[in-house]
Amino acid sequence: MIDLILAILSTVGALSILFASIGVLRMPDFYLRLSVTVKASTLGVGLLLICAAIMFPDDISATTKSIAIIFFLILTAPIAAHMIGKAAYFIGTPLWKGTVVDELKGMYNKETHCLESDPAKADKNAEEHIAHTEDATD
Amino acid sequence: MSLETYFDFVILPILTISVLLVFIRLFKGPSIVDRVMALDLIITIGIGIITVYSIRQEQEVLLDVAIILALIAFLGTIAFSYYIEKQKDD
Repeated sequence: MIDLILAILSTVGALSILFASIGVLRMPDFYLRLSVTVKASTLGVGLLLICAAIMFPDDISATTKSIAIIFFLILTAPIAAHMIGKAAYFIGTPLWKGTVVDELKGMYNKETHCLESDPAKADKNAEEHIAHTEDATD
Repeated sequence: MSLETYFDFVILPILTISVLLVFIRLFKGPSIVDRVMALDLIITIGIGIITVYSIRQEQEVLLDVAIILALIAFLGTIAFSYYIEKQKDD
């Protein structure tokens, strides 16, 4: 019975990791690849670690370590994906040609790296920032 | 088929093929953020491979390596994205 549960969990985990890597290889632009990577690979590695937690029942430390790794992955994978996605948008990684809407277009202030809700305000803040830096240099 | 054979001949080959597919993306690019993301995914799959290996060898000590790898993957991605965002300023 335990063997069957372990086999099912590890199969689902390994297959979702495989689908994540196929998606990374075949998706058309960076942002779609990023969205595939984070969710599917976290699920797959989490299931494999649950296998390890079930596999060592007489050892508390192994179970605790497995759960700690799962918690850490779930906590950090979205943060890392957010940071790298923000950096990618900022350096101008091209979107896919079939992208319907780009809600961040013009919202980023290129000088201060701040996000504004109004494109005109972002430009105005950039000008103020440039004027401020010119004053500082005088 | 016993569970050991299943892990050896099904799970580990699937994970190995996944690493190879992601390595193609790491090699092709086309931009630097793709490479950073592929590196992060390779390390994440490496955590899975270490986990399966520790189940197979019944060595739970190997899970410590998985903890360290998870830390390194997170810090590496954060550092890469920080400096990629900064590089256009100069």
